[in-house]
Amino acid sequence: MAAASDIKERTAAIAAEYTHLEGPLMPILHAVQHSFGYVPEESVQVIANAINIARAEVHGTLTFYPDFRREPAGKHVLKLCRAEACQSLGADQIAADIKANLGIDFHETTADGVLTLEPIFCLGLCSCAPAAILDESRVIGRIDADKVAALVAEVTA
Amino acid sequence: MTVRIYVPRDAAAIALGAHEVAAAVANEIVLRGLDASVVRNGSRGMHWIEPLVEVDTPAGRIAYGPVAVADVASLFDADFLNGGSHTLALGATEEIPFFARQTRLTFARCGITDPVSLADYEAHGGLVGLKAAIVMTPSDVVTTVTDSGLRGRGGAGFPTGIKWRTVLDTAGEQKYIVCNADEGDSGTFADRMIMEGDPFVLIEGMAIAGLATEATKGYIYIRSEYPHAIATIEEAIATARAATVLGADVLGSGKAFEIEVRVGAGSYVCGEETSLLNSIEGKRGVVRSKPPLPAHKGLFGMPTVINNVISLASVPVILAEGPAQYQEYGVGRSRGTIPIQLAGNIKHGGLFEAPFGMTLGELVTEIGGGTHSGRPIKAVQVGGPLGAYFPQSLFDTPFDYEAFAAKEGLIGHAGVTVFDDTADMLKQARFAMEFCAIESCGKCTPCRIGSTRGVETFDEIAAGADIDEQITLITDLCETMKFGSLCALGGFTPYPVMSVITHFRTDLKPTAAAQKAE
Repeated sequence: MAAASDIKERTAAIAAEYTHLEGPLMPILHAVQHSFGYVPEESVQVIANAINIARAEVHGTLTFYPDFRREPAGKHVLKLCRAEACQSLGADQIAADIKANLGIDFHETTADGVLTLEPIFCLGLCSCAPAAILDESRVIGRIDADKVAALVAEVTA
Repeated sequence: MTVRIYVPRDAAAIALGAHEVAAAVANEIVLRGLDASVVRNGSRGMHWIEPLVEVDTPAGRIAYGPVAVADVASLFDADFLNGGSHTLALGATEEIPFFARQTRLTFARCGITDPVSLADYEAHGGLVGLKAAIVMTPSDVVTTVTDSGLRGRGGAGFPTGIKWRTVLDTAGEQKYIVCNADEGDSGTFADRMIMEGDPFVLIEGMAIAGLATEATKGYIYIRSEYPHAIATIEEAIATARAATVLGADVLGSGKAFEIEVRVGAGSYVCGEETSLLNSIEGKRGVVRSKPPLPAHKGLFGMPTVINNVISLASVPVILAEGPAQYQEYGVGRSRGTIPIQLAGNIKHGGLFEAPFGMTLGELVTEIGGGTHSGRPIKAVQVGGPLGAYFPQSLFDTPFDYEAFAAKEGLIGHAGVTVFDDTADMLKQARFAMEFCAIESCGKCTPCRIGSTRGVETFDEIAAGADIDEQITLITDLCETMKFGSLCALGGFTPYPVMSVITHFRTDLKPTAAAQKAE
């Protein structure tokens, strides 16, 4: 993990790229998370200073949105949709099986730090449910036990 | 002549392997030394046959699907470049019954063009609406939209023209057009499909809205769960800017209009318009009290039009063809077409654009072909997590805002999620409350506390408590949530909950384990 002074310096550089925007806080938080993999505690005051708002306001926004992490995730993040369309084709059972196989619950990371499991509410893939997304970009439709096992094997290999 | 082979770049197609198929097709072209190219189009909306590969032949576009990587070589062997026969051949794409029965106005180009080619967009009727709007007065543009009968497709069904009129008539040093692309309802993907499959139509619709209301700045707030839509829209905006469709002088009109994309961060309630505005401003996505209306004091306190993606994407065709043509479609006060999304446990899942008025039964059994599992349909949830569960006895309900309201339901964003007879409706009702508890912004008590009490009450039923007593409690709780909540999250969660009590009462019973323990 980076040193506190390094985090502050990098955060200030990131924030400076967005200060010209109207309402720059969300883009800054996304960019900081993209850079570090999470939003470090050390970044909060730096962001507040950069856009001239209170540290409490940054904290308030940061803690409202489920996407923002305050600690690093595992090397890979698998998000399983738990919304109704996916439920209609057995998403709950698939999630229960994955949790049992990995020995973790939602919002947890495997002991080796490889995989974090998260719930997600709708990927807009409701016509090819159940759906999942790996590492923010790789979408997978019609997931079943076999597809998930193959995916887990791939990322843990 | 180079043969064009279409392989969709829509996220649903990608989720079913379209990237791999596109790569395999490109590889075969090289291996066989053929004069052909791969175009990544949007989806035609027939998701059960995705990846749907189309070949542009002299006889029109011929469809093959669902194509797996392993099928690609055999397609070339079967001379599919000339429409050759193959077990995956589906004939002319536009003659497939699911497609042929539609009336595509908003989705006219989706799946046909290369989504990021402005030349393709213009060759298929794009920018005609914007050019028409440029030579009209702002007031006339608003009148055209009002006369079309277009109502907000996000779910509330508020007349779009009236919203625009309010913003036009309100003075402000800066006005905004905000596009709500926070399509969080399960069972819906129309916004995603249009952003991935025809992004210029949304850009054009927003530019028209800007001209009509004298707003010069637009924001598209897209949920983070849609990475492909974000990338496609960003690319289209850059292209539109380079071609002066956006910028300081929109198509030489002397009027300015710019668009910026903002990305959400996983909060469902940000689909509520005032939460969304707070989120763009960098605040917690907490609902605002109304009044003031966003049209008076919206983004950064300025007059703001906030419309759903489909509302804005329907505007170009209205300006291009005139309000009368659009208005001719539909029933009652629900005018025009609606892109219905068939989802969940359904055989033919996908997007079906049709005039208002088809019955729910026609949609799920005739068009949708019944369940994916092959079992009988038990319930259909229309309108996302805040929509009612309808039993088969309500299948004669026409798809129309008022008709659904009369049956204690709602159309919402027109997502239709099918469940077969294995569905446990106690679990679904409990989930509605659980979802509200997870996603509540916390500002008002009925939503924040009521949802948690609701979950507990359903757990009481599952554990064997007196059912009638618990239902009385839930009914009372739903009354409080419906009338006491600030926004639709707490206010509409009673729809799915009460629909289970009304239509699926027999599912409200202790779990098998609890029964055994007694």
